[in-house]
Amino acid sequence: MEDNVVLTMRGICMTFPGVKALDNVDFTLRKGEIHALMGENGAGKSTLIKCLTGINDFEAGEIHVDGVEGKVKNHSTLDAQNVGISTVYQEVNLCPNLSVAENLFIGREPMTPFHTIDRRTMIRKADELTKRLDIRVDVTQNLENYSLAIQQMIAIARAVDTNCKVLILDEPTSSLDDSEVEKLFRMMTSLKEQGVGIIFVTHFLEQVYAVCDRITVLRNGTLVGEYPIADLPRVKLVAAMMGKDFDDLADIRPEGFTSHADAEMVIDAKGLSHKGTIKPFDIELHRGEVIGLTGLLGSGRSELARAIYGADKAQTGTLKVKGKEVKINHPIDAIHLGMGMLPDDRKAEGIIGDLSVRENIILALQARMGMFKQMSRAKQEEIADEYIKVLQIKTASRETPISQLSGGNQQKAILGRWLATDPDFLILDEPTRGIDIGTKTEIQKLIIQLAGEGKSVMFISSEIEEMLRTCNRMAVLRDGAKVGELDGELTQERVMSAIAGGAKE
Amino acid sequence: MSLKKITSHKMFLPVFCMILVLCANMIYDASQGSDFYEFFKVGITNGYLSGRLVNILNRGSETAILAVGMTLVVSASAGTDISVGSVMALCASVCCVILAGPAAPQATELAAPLIVGVLGGIAIGALCGAFNGALVAYLNIQPMVATLILWTAARATGLLVCNNLIVYVRNDTFGILGGFIGMFPTPILVAAIVIAAVALLLKLSAMGLYVQSVGINKKASRIAGLNSKRIIFLCYLLCGVCAAIAGVVASSRITSADSNNIGLNYELDAILAVALGGNSLGGGRFNLAGSIIGAYTIQAITTTMYNMKISTAVTPVFKAIVVIVIVAIQAPPVKAWFKKLSARNASASAKGVANA
Repeated sequence: MEDNVVLTMRGICMTFPGVKALDNVDFTLRKGEIHALMGENGAGKSTLIKCLTGINDFEAGEIHVDGVEGKVKNHSTLDAQNVGISTVYQEVNLCPNLSVAENLFIGREPMTPFHTIDRRTMIRKADELTKRLDIRVDVTQNLENYSLAIQQMIAIARAVDTNCKVLILDEPTSSLDDSEVEKLFRMMTSLKEQGVGIIFVTHFLEQVYAVCDRITVLRNGTLVGEYPIADLPRVKLVAAMMGKDFDDLADIRPEGFTSHADAEMVIDAKGLSHKGTIKPFDIELHRGEVIGLTGLLGSGRSELARAIYGADKAQTGTLKVKGKEVKINHPIDAIHLGMGMLPDDRKAEGIIGDLSVRENIILALQARMGMFKQMSRAKQEEIADEYIKVLQIKTASRETPISQLSGGNQQKAILGRWLATDPDFLILDEPTRGIDIGTKTEIQKLIIQLAGEGKSVMFISSEIEEMLRTCNRMAVLRDGAKVGELDGELTQERVMSAIAGGAKE
Repeated sequence: MSLKKITSHKMFLPVFCMILVLCANMIYDASQGSDFYEFFKVGITNGYLSGRLVNILNRGSETAILAVGMTLVVSASAGTDISVGSVMALCASVCCVILAGPAAPQATELAAPLIVGVLGGIAIGALCGAFNGALVAYLNIQPMVATLILWTAARATGLLVCNNLIVYVRNDTFGILGGFIGMFPTPILVAAIVIAAVALLLKLSAMGLYVQSVGINKKASRIAGLNSKRIIFLCYLLCGVCAAIAGVVASSRITSADSNNIGLNYELDAILAVALGGNSLGGGRFNLAGSIIGAYTIQAITTTMYNMKISTAVTPVFKAIVVIVIVAIQAPPVKAWFKKLSARNASASAKGVANA
């Protein structure tokens, strides 16, 4: 092992039922560095961390920790602590009703000869520890009297006091405000100077560039690469996370861009928001327009659409549909206003697994008609057959349970469900994820066709190419807020630099 | 139709269980020297229809009525309403107290029209169902825990309503509900009406689709425009009404409100009926006809025990054995074992043919 390396992971493999979560991943952490672990949701960051801390049992590969002979395989977080690996999670896992000192020493309290807790020593040691780390607190006060940032720092102090060589910070900043983040960063820098290796997991790109020395990028469970921070500007980081490279991207913007600004306004949202998922945003959508929502996974693009549709009820702001102000409490309200939404998680929110293809297709239309106006069986079959034919859904019969269909055909059936309601405004959240290329093209064609028929479409996709091919306009989201809109000539480069948030548009 | 097709049909299990019980009866009757079709004999005793079959249909009415509501609850919420037995007792008490009026606890004349008492009981049942439904649907409490409240409270409230006494309403008009119309047992009619009403509701409205959809995937149903919470609430409400009807019938049978005993342990029979009906207790797809056959099968088991002169004290033991057998038949490992066995038989017979 190199002199300044504290942790090496080599060839880590891990499989969840049906999914290869980690495939031959390497990771190296040096003494006194802050190392960002980056990747989109599902890239394998958490799984890698869990392999390291003993929560997950990896199948192949080895881990070496500085100062420990041979391979390290942890079976619990306690094992991990014993070899010098501590973790601080997003939520503070301490007891708010105990004092700071008690929290720092819980489970390892200094004892008197009579086997009672030596409070005086404990308080003295706690005082020393907080002073050393420059946390200004009264250690006899209850933890709940301090801000979340301080609590987070106490958690870190507790972690580093136990002979810690590797400190893992898993999304530590997501519940902190800017000045608190600042404090936390100062502490991280001081720990770094003391020689602790810090693994920093975050979604916030700015923060990576503010404190980190090195970046390791994962994508779909594989290692993309390890880069010194200077070699990986934002745009390249985004490209690495999404699996795109600028050089070999052909510009595929379709010709015939038209402005829809004169057309009737279908959706006019002002200041809509949902606490914790999407900050207040304005968005407008005209008849016959396709708007794309772009941003990294978890940037709030699904959440924006969900707030309009009422899947997550908007808590602030006003929404006008075709010029009339409306209040949407439930998705059914949105359906009555001529909306439809194909959610991104097909299995959890799209299909009703045990129901037949027919029942799945007519469900939304039936819901709009109401419980006591049941469609006749003949009518149901007619509608189901129509969409099975139009969308070329491959199914044994219309009475086959939808769960037996392939992913792409399930997706088409859900599309059929919404087309059957003849919506004016359709939200398609990742309609092409996980389906074959042929079906993808069909769905893209369908979107353009729907827009041609005067419907408005909100299209969300991780694949920028297909957005470029179909969208008139794009809204860009970052860190749970809408940060801008792109129209005119849309190119991959413009979109990606907007996502990364480097230069202002 | 191949054997496999028959065994995989959704009605196979309930019908198979029913036939099993009937066979046991026939074998027993034959061994006792009676006609093997003794079971099916319908006669007239004292001017009333009699016979074992009539008896089973009559006595099984309450369980069948409960099974109707329970089927919907299980389907929509993947949980069971364990309060139905207690709610029966409460509704019976309320009904009897209204009918007895000031003459309680020993009334011979109706203080209010029969319909007022019955509707009073049903209203209380609806209230109980609404309470359960609100807890499960809107407060997201686990069905077992939510209905545990009324499981203990409803019966006690029933006692409170009756002032801790058994309220007798010894009146022929009230006795009709649990007795006979002409020579025909009324409970069978009541059960038939409830079943028909719910079946009609499921047929004519989209409720069946809604309930199953919510039971399979609550989140997706909501996105597709269903009000998942309201549908779950409605199922519990309906289950409460069913319990009330069953409670009124049960009290009419004994022309009194015995809050300590009416509906005792009926929730277990109702849940068992749903399970015997081939319904998954995990919710989703339901089979109402199966549940009803399941309910009568349970009654058939009980009646068969009486008929075989097995002491009432040990009846539950035999019932348990029967249930274990029936439930084991549909357990996946047993099914797999049967499959292996038949495969081995097939290969053995093939070998036999080859040797010959």
